Amino acid sequence: MAVRRLSPDQPRDFAFTPENLAWAKETIAKFPPGKQASAIIPLLWRAQEQSGGWLPEPALRHVADMLGVAYIRAYEVATFYTMFQLSPVGAKAHVQVCGTTPCMLRGAEGLIDICKRRIAEHPHELSEDGNFSWEEVECLGCCANAPVVQIWKDTYEDLTPEALDKVLGAFARGAAPKPGSQVGRKTSSPEGPPTSLADPALYDGSRLGDWRARFPELQEGGSGAAPAAEKPKG
Amino acid sequence: MLLEDKDRIFTNIYGFHDSGLKGARARGSWDGTKFFIDKGHDWIISEMKTSGLRGRGGAGFPTGLKWSFMPKAVPRPSYLVINADESEPGSFKDREIMRNDPHLLIEGALLAGFAMRAHTSYIYIRGEFIRERERLQRAIDEAYDAKLIGKNNIHGWDFDLYVSHGAGAYICGEETALLESLEGKKGQPRLKPPFPANVGLYGAPTTINNVESIAVVPEILRRGGHWFAALGLPNNTGTKLFQISGHVNRPCVVEEEMGIPLRQLIDEHCGGVRGGWSNLLAVIPGGSSMPLIPADLCETLTMDFDSLSKLKSGLGTAAIIVLDKSADVVKAIARIAYFYKHESCGQCTPCREGTGWMWRVLDRMSRGEAEKSEIDRLFDVSKQIEGHTICALGDAAAWPVQGLIRHFRPEIEARIDAYKAAHRQAAE
Repeated sequence: MAVRRLSPDQPRDFAFTPENLAWAKETIAKFPPGKQASAIIPLLWRAQEQSGGWLPEPALRHVADMLGVAYIRAYEVATFYTMFQLSPVGAKAHVQVCGTTPCMLRGAEGLIDICKRRIAEHPHELSEDGNFSWEEVECLGCCANAPVVQIWKDTYEDLTPEALDKVLGAFARGAAPKPGSQVGRKTSSPEGPPTSLADPALYDGSRLGDWRARFPELQEGGSGAAPAAEKPKG
Repeated sequence: MLLEDKDRIFTNIYGFHDSGLKGARARGSWDGTKFFIDKGHDWIISEMKTSGLRGRGGAGFPTGLKWSFMPKAVPRPSYLVINADESEPGSFKDREIMRNDPHLLIEGALLAGFAMRAHTSYIYIRGEFIRERERLQRAIDEAYDAKLIGKNNIHGWDFDLYVSHGAGAYICGEETALLESLEGKKGQPRLKPPFPANVGLYGAPTTINNVESIAVVPEILRRGGHWFAALGLPNNTGTKLFQISGHVNRPCVVEEEMGIPLRQLIDEHCGGVRGGWSNLLAVIPGGSSMPLIPADLCETLTMDFDSLSKLKSGLGTAAIIVLDKSADVVKAIARIAYFYKHESCGQCTPCREGTGWMWRVLDRMSRGEAEKSEIDRLFDVSKQIEGHTICALGDAAAWPVQGLIRHFRPEIEARIDAYKAAHRQAAE
C-alpha cells in the first residue's frame, strides 16, 4: 500500500477533446452493454495523457459521469493504481526509475542519484524550471535490460548513470533520444553473437505444412504417400 | 544438450524478424488453424492434456485440465481472459512475446477460445507496457482485416479479441484481482470458491491463462501433444522461456527445454556468472516471490517445477535473478520485501500490516541494526502471513524472507555483531 492523495491545486474543469471523446466511445464499445465501467482505466489513462501526464480531479468526475459510475469509484481507481499521477509532473520528462531488486543489483541506485542531482531531491517534486520530475517505481518488466527507466511511453534500458545523464540531457534540449537498449543490443537478446535461432530453415518457409504429415486424412492416396506419423489419440 | 532450433516455438522472440502478419505466416503461424478447429473442441483439449503443458504464469497448473473445467452448455457467455499483467520482478518473457511474436498469441487465443466455447476474449496487459500494447493491437487489427478473427471469420468460429490494460498494480496479475480490475474496480482479489470457471468476468464462466501458455497452443496442435510431452522431463514437459537477470555477463530471455541444468543455462546463454561460477552467491529461481537458493545447491540444480519445489522454492515464471558475491543479499531481499509492501492491495490484515512490518525489520537487519532474537520472530511472523490471506500475495511476500533466513542466517548474525561492535567502540 502507498499513501496517495489528490493534489490540493486543481484546475477548474476537464473535458475530452473531440478526438479523445471519439476514442473513448470506441473503447467503451469493447465491453458488453451495461459493463461500460470496465473502460475506466483506459479512459482515465487517456485523460492523464491529455492533461500533460497527470490526472486532475475534474477529469475523475468527467470520466465517472461518462461511464455512469459514482465519483468515489473513480477516486478509488485513481488512488489505487500507481501509474495515475495525482499531482503535476515535469513538462519535458517524468522519469520513472525501476528500483526493484533485479535493477538494484545492476546499479539502479546510481540512476536515482542522477535524478536527485539533476531534477529534485525528492520523488514527485518538480525541478526548478518545472520541466522534470522523477519517482522510483516497482518493476518495469525489463529485467534483462536492467537498469531501466521509463519516460512517457518508452523505456531506456541497459543504463549507466552517464547514459541516463545523456538521455535526460537530450530531453532537456527537446530532442528525442533513442529508446530501448543504450548499449545497442536488440531487445533482450544476449549481447554479442546469438546463442539460438540461427537455423535458416525457421525463416525460409520450408517447414510450412509439415504438420499435415501427422494426419492420415490429409494424405493423398491414403497411406504410404507421406512419411508415417503418429496418430494422436482422441 | 541444448534445445535444437527446430524445436523452438518462439522463433522471433528477439524481434530480429518481421512481427507482422506476413512475417508470422512465413514462420508458420496461422497454418492449419481451420483444420484444428474443424477437429472439434474436445480434440483440442485432449491434445493439450497429452502435451502435459503446465501453466506458464507461475502456479504450474495443467492447462488442458483447466480448460476442461469450463461448463459446456450454459446460457451465459463464456470468456477467455489472457493474463498479460507480467509484473513479477525478474519476469520479462510476455513482453517479448507481445511485441515480437504477437500472432502466436492471437492464433492461440482463437484456438483456446474455441476449445472452451468462448466467443470473446480480453487480453489484460500491464499499464507500463505501452509500446507492447500498441504493437499487439496492430497485430490484432491485422488479424481482423485478414478475417482470421472477428465475426464471420474464415475459421468459422466468431471470435472477438480485445486489449485492455491496467495502470501499475502487481496484484492484478492474480487472476481474480485481474477480473476486478477488468470490471473497472480496484484490483482486490476475490474469495474462491466460486472459481472463475463458474463465476468469473461479469459473473460468467471464465478461464484465465498466461500469455505464454496461450502462445504455445498453435504449435502444440501443429506438432502434436506427444511432441511437446517428449521434450523436458516427466510432469515438467515442453519448452519454456527462461529469463535471466542480475549478475550474469549477458542477461537475456531464451527458450529452452524444461529441466535444463541451471549451470548450463547460465554458461551457454548468458556468458556465465559475472566473475565465474565460483563467484556465485545465490539465485532467486522463479521471480521475486520464490525463496533463494544458495550457490552450493545450484551446482546440480535443474530448472523445472518438481526439482525446485523439493528445495522449498519454485519455478514460478522461470525468472532467474542471479546474485554474485558482490551482492548484498540481505538488502536484495529487503528490497523485495519493500516491493510486496508497496504492492499489497490492503484487503487482508496479515498482508497489509505484515508486509510493511517485515520490510521495516529487514531494512534494519540489512544495516545490522537489530537483535538476533528478531530473526526468529521475523520467521515466525512470516509464517503467520503465509496461508492466511485471500490470495497468494501474502505467501509471495513471506517466502523470500523465509528463504533468506533458512540459508543466510549466519550472514544476518554477522552483520548484527558488526553493528554492535562498531557502536560499542563509538560509545566508549
